Amino acid sequence: MKGPVHALKGRFDVAIIGAGVVGCAIARRFSLAGARVAVVEKAADILDGASKGNSAILHTGFDAPPGSLEHACIRAGYEEYLAIHDRLGLPVLRCGALVIAWTEEQEAALPALMEKARKNGVTDIEPFSRTRLHETEPALGPAARAAFRVPGESLIDPWAAPFAYLLQAVENGAEVLRGAEVTAARREGDWLLDTTQGEVRAGLVVNAAGNFGDLVDEMLIGRRDFNIRPRKGQFVVYDKPAAALVRHILLPVPTAITKGVVVCRTAFGNLLVGPTAEDQDDRQHAGLDPDKLAALISRGEEIVPALKNHEVTAIYAGLRPATERKDYCITAHEGLSCITVGGIRSTGLSGALGIAQHVERLAGLTLAPAADPVWPSVRNVSEFQSRDWEKPHHGGIVCHCELVTRREIMDALSGPLPARSLAGLKRRTRATMGRCQGFYCTAELSRLTRDHFDQPMSETTE
Amino acid sequence: MSPPSEVDVLVVGAGPAGLAAATELAGHWNVLVVDRESAAGGIPRHCGHYPFGMRECHRLMRGPDYARALAARAEAAGARFMPNVNVIALHPGPSVTVTADGGVSTIAARRVLLATGVRESSRAQRLIGGTKPGGVMSTGALQGLVYLEGGRPFRRPVILGTELVSFSAIMTCAHAGIHPVAMIEPDTAPTARWPMPLYPRLKGIPLHLSTRLLAIEGRDRVEGVVVEGPAGRQHIETDGVIVSGRFRPEATLLANGPVARDPASGGPAIDATGRCSDPNYYAAGNMLHPVETAGWCWAEGRAVGRAILDDLRGKAPPQDQSQRHPVTLCGDALSWVVPQFLSGDRALDRLQLRVDRPVKGRLSMRVNGREVASRRVQSRPERRILLPMPSQDGPVTIVLEQG
Repeated sequence: MKGPVHALKGRFDVAIIGAGVVGCAIARRFSLAGARVAVVEKAADILDGASKGNSAILHTGFDAPPGSLEHACIRAGYEEYLAIHDRLGLPVLRCGALVIAWTEEQEAALPALMEKARKNGVTDIEPFSRTRLHETEPALGPAARAAFRVPGESLIDPWAAPFAYLLQAVENGAEVLRGAEVTAARREGDWLLDTTQGEVRAGLVVNAAGNFGDLVDEMLIGRRDFNIRPRKGQFVVYDKPAAALVRHILLPVPTAITKGVVVCRTAFGNLLVGPTAEDQDDRQHAGLDPDKLAALISRGEEIVPALKNHEVTAIYAGLRPATERKDYCITAHEGLSCITVGGIRSTGLSGALGIAQHVERLAGLTLAPAADPVWPSVRNVSEFQSRDWEKPHHGGIVCHCELVTRREIMDALSGPLPARSLAGLKRRTRATMGRCQGFYCTAELSRLTRDHFDQPMSETTE
Repeated sequence: MSPPSEVDVLVVGAGPAGLAAATELAGHWNVLVVDRESAAGGIPRHCGHYPFGMRECHRLMRGPDYARALAARAEAAGARFMPNVNVIALHPGPSVTVTADGGVSTIAARRVLLATGVRESSRAQRLIGGTKPGGVMSTGALQGLVYLEGGRPFRRPVILGTELVSFSAIMTCAHAGIHPVAMIEPDTAPTARWPMPLYPRLKGIPLHLSTRLLAIEGRDRVEGVVVEGPAGRQHIETDGVIVSGRFRPEATLLANGPVARDPASGGPAIDATGRCSDPNYYAAGNMLHPVETAGWCWAEGRAVGRAILDDLRGKAPPQDQSQRHPVTLCGDALSWVVPQFLSGDRALDRLQLRVDRPVKGRLSMRVNGREVASRRVQSRPERRILLPMPSQDGPVTIVLEQG
């Protein structure tokens, strides 16, 4: 079924399939380089696939495979984030991480991990004795034996960052087509992408389709160089008082299978425990499993015993686009004007800006960068910077748990990238994401969003 | 209009408890009631059904009329009400930080009464599995949508829980032309007492006892649920899930402040006058005891309001930590008790308890090691259990012997 509405007019230099964190970063990079960019996203709003559920950490790359493309992208992405976050109004909390050994065996593995970190260019690490570890993190469980500190590991807002990347792209001329699934593609000199919202013509296509990357490759170039088997990660979020229990990001010693369960604060002042690592075939649904969540909670209570006295605020699950390969699968297909950016597993948030730099180099387009690019600033909803409720004339609080103001809601429903679903509004503002999960604000939100969502929160009877 | 910087008594929360206390105090002191909602009345504001008001107004009323009546009474007594004011933090003194449209400010008072109420446990807190589509909500959210916004978020939902509020959810559905397809209760019997459990049968809604809600299905909207009961696993086609009951105190405000929280109840720890660990703070209503009826909260608010009057007149004895006697629970199944301390005066005439599993046995109370009351109990989680307030002071132990 072809919808004639909303088709993007004219020819684009670059069309990006997928508005996840990777697609958003690539859109920004090409727009700043002077390209005419189109982003096509099948969901009603951006960040609706792999990018909607991650651990919200900006990694240094200390534990990435040395010499890998993933490592290079994380390092570059980390540097660029620190360089631009202020101008985009994005928060960062440089709280550092502790890699903690809980068994004798894990303790024996610490020196090799530290050596790997140094090899990866992260040289400011320092070993922590048991005494120093427990002095630094008094709430830590008694079984923690030793650790090393990685000062650069940081917390960021996992939705504001990609939103700001795409917003900057849009402010510099990029166009975004949401609710547009690519159904067919052909080359007639240029690429012609058939979408559920009409045709898009572009010189270069970038496949940033996340959990659907291999399928989109088949559609574009008739083959796939990797197979995605999504890896599900479930998380438990504790209410804000629990955030006072820890300062660092508490990382486990990784095993061959998984990086293990992390305990850390979030940018929004909560405490996060997760993820699990479960391979599955379903690319759409990230189902929550009560038994796995209960196991996460008991693991969390081993790491920080005082969590027993704290309340769970939210649970969520994300799907990471894992492949059979150990590294990212980023390929410029010779003679096809097509770049695949696939298999960006759990480090997409940290690596996105670096990936975008890499993709720009691979594309090798000759462009004239904008002389004076626009630098939009996004509204802060993290706890690390001042919030709208602290400023006058905010119109009153709508979401009481997260202190989301009426002004923030109305802003998120307008502008160049307005929220088009409740999920999108939640990611932009935090509304309903708090401890009451909408008990108090659902009615008011339903009223405020009535004419803004593709699917209204409620039909009206009166 | 900005909140004043100083009042005699600040009441946080304009539900039945807060309004009742304000009504008692207003003739004597400068009383300000603040609420984060846009109108006074609390939860009854969006319970557009009966029965409210028998105890307080001596007639049968719908929730919104009852809410308006209580607000009008407080105002007539001379209390000032400010809507859309969110209290952000509590400080010794006492004083509180608030945000309102004008921005952040501080209100100082002689005494502060906390009456911030409750919320229902969310799907997240119950670790319900499956996906996270739209159409999963608490009874409170549903009532807000139906009664305040004239909305209908789904047509044939399932209801999780069999507390009083779960039956209130059925009434709300009926008002909006919503037809629940099932009521699901993990326990072997309904939580609410007879005759409430007859109600779903009258409405033709199947009641599934001993049944767990395993998973919610659907990506954007609810498409079905998977339940497990005596007949095994079953798929129910539905377009919404009402997650009802298991109330929790709305008490996160207490974190990092001067008022101690009882981890067992989740609300502030009080003595028998409603006084908190910081003696300039009092608390009343459902934030103390999830959950009681509006009428109960109103009576409690009135009693605590009178205790604050006595305190401000200098009648209350000075707070002496050595004379605060703890009320201790003895027996695995006992989950919490209110008040948590006794210290001389009495404003509340009964102790409230809850259990965390179905129980049957002998409940007794000892003061200074001597038994002063006992009775047989047969109860379930979320049901009210009462004991008379002991007249003697001293350490209190409440013992449940099952069998």
